[in-house]
Amino acid sequence: MNELIIYQLASVPAIAALGIILGLLFKGIDRVLAARMQARIGPPIRQPFRDLRKLMIKENIVPKNAVRFVFNGMPLLAVAASITILLYVPIAGFLPLMQGYGDLILLLYLLLIPSLALVLGGFASASPYASIGAQREMVSMISYELPLAVAVASIAWLFSRAMPGIASFSLAAIAANPVWELVGPVGFIGLLALFLILLAVMPGEIGVIPFDTAEAETEIASGMLVEYSGRNLALFYLADAVKTVGFASILIAIFLPYGISGTLSLQGANAVAADALFFLLKLFIVVFIGRVLIRVAVPRLRITQVVKAYWGYATIAALCGLSLIALDAILLAGGC
Amino acid sequence: MNLKALNKSLWAFHFNSGSCNGCDIEIIAALTPRYDVERFGIKLVGTPRHADILLLTGPVAMDMKEKLERVYAQMPSPKAVMLIGNCGNSGDVFYESYSLVGPADRIIPVDVYVPGCPPRPEAIIHGVVKVWQKLEKEAKK
Ligand code: SF4
Repeated sequence: MNELIIYQLASVPAIAALGIILGLLFKGIDRVLAARMQARIGPPIRQPFRDLRKLMIKENIVPKNAVRFVFNGMPLLAVAASITILLYVPIAGFLPLMQGYGDLILLLYLLLIPSLALVLGGFASASPYASIGAQREMVSMISYELPLAVAVASIAWLFSRAMPGIASFSLAAIAANPVWELVGPVGFIGLLALFLILLAVMPGEIGVIPFDTAEAETEIASGMLVEYSGRNLALFYLADAVKTVGFASILIAIFLPYGISGTLSLQGANAVAADALFFLLKLFIVVFIGRVLIRVAVPRLRITQVVKAYWGYATIAALCGLSLIALDAILLAGGC
Repeated sequence: MNLKALNKSLWAFHFNSGSCNGCDIEIIAALTPRYDVERFGIKLVGTPRHADILLLTGPVAMDMKEKLERVYAQMPSPKAVMLIGNCGNSGDVFYESYSLVGPADRIIPVDVYVPGCPPRPEAIIHGVVKVWQKLEKEAKK
């Protein structure tokens, strides 16, 4: 048991480094792809690494009226929470490091923490722009949580029904049994709806256009980040990058948990490498749809439209998905 | 301090101190697909706290003096100022107007001057290169 704990502790920095590198890499890919879609050439893929290095050497200003320890503490909290997400999700075919210690419900809370840290940091910075941004962020948090919670609860319900006896909120168990195989044709449509909703929640969760009302540079001067500079800004930048990978990995674990080594009948190290590469491909697809495509195609929404989109359309769609899955369960149980 | 890290990732804040909007349009033109300064890692940011370089346009009207000083002070160092357009250099068409306090370098230290009314996007990109050279020189010191 002790050895296990030591092993786990040793793996934490490795996973943190992996998350940071992947996050920054995907941020670079995101910027290049967005530029290409706008017929630009765009920055080199390693641009986020350069940005981060530059932010680290800049002066770190704390405004005079700010609550100093909150202002400085929140960026650290955001990064820590984003990295913690990665400890609870299966990455690149490996089981989550903290398997058995937390489940999807915990992940829902962990996903909230970086946004909450931004909100608190914004309020602590004593800038009116930051207060507006923080209030908007809270409103959008409330709105995207509802469809997200409905979707996650539907999946858990499906599991508790289809395979009684396993922990239905455990992400490792969900990843081990692909959801698509538990349902009939009607439920398939329901699951597809839930998948699309989680993809639509992703830009809200990681705060990109069209749901970045809280950080709108052009209207409220970057909102909650308005007073942040230097190291603190770099940490928020990092938290955002890591959280993108974290949320995408959750999506992959629920809906696309397939490995490729079985299909290619590979063994040993080859299988691990193939699965890791395949995971990167899945990550790329999810980030491409949930972040790049949406952000380039759609302009920023007003905060009222954000609430309407998530509470109205997304939640109704999520409830429809839930009903379809329930209907499917009844049909299957009825022997049809 | 390694100023070189700054070179490949200049974040710019755009400040209009009373310009006719001609120069501002040219700054935007430098960001469009034809010129695309994001190739060099340059991007516009929404707040002076995130900025490494201040793109200053206009002849500095009386009202804007205090604001310009504050925005400059709000930028975290190391920082650079790029003056875009004849206005900030000499007053240009607004020369000898009663409401001006410019030229801009009387108010804040200016690192690079980009003349033109308005300067072409190529000239603005050339100005950025001058900023790099200046920062590199400072880094060597
Ligand atoms: S330099 Fe010319 S184009 Fe630029 S702000 Fe002045 S008058 Fe307008």
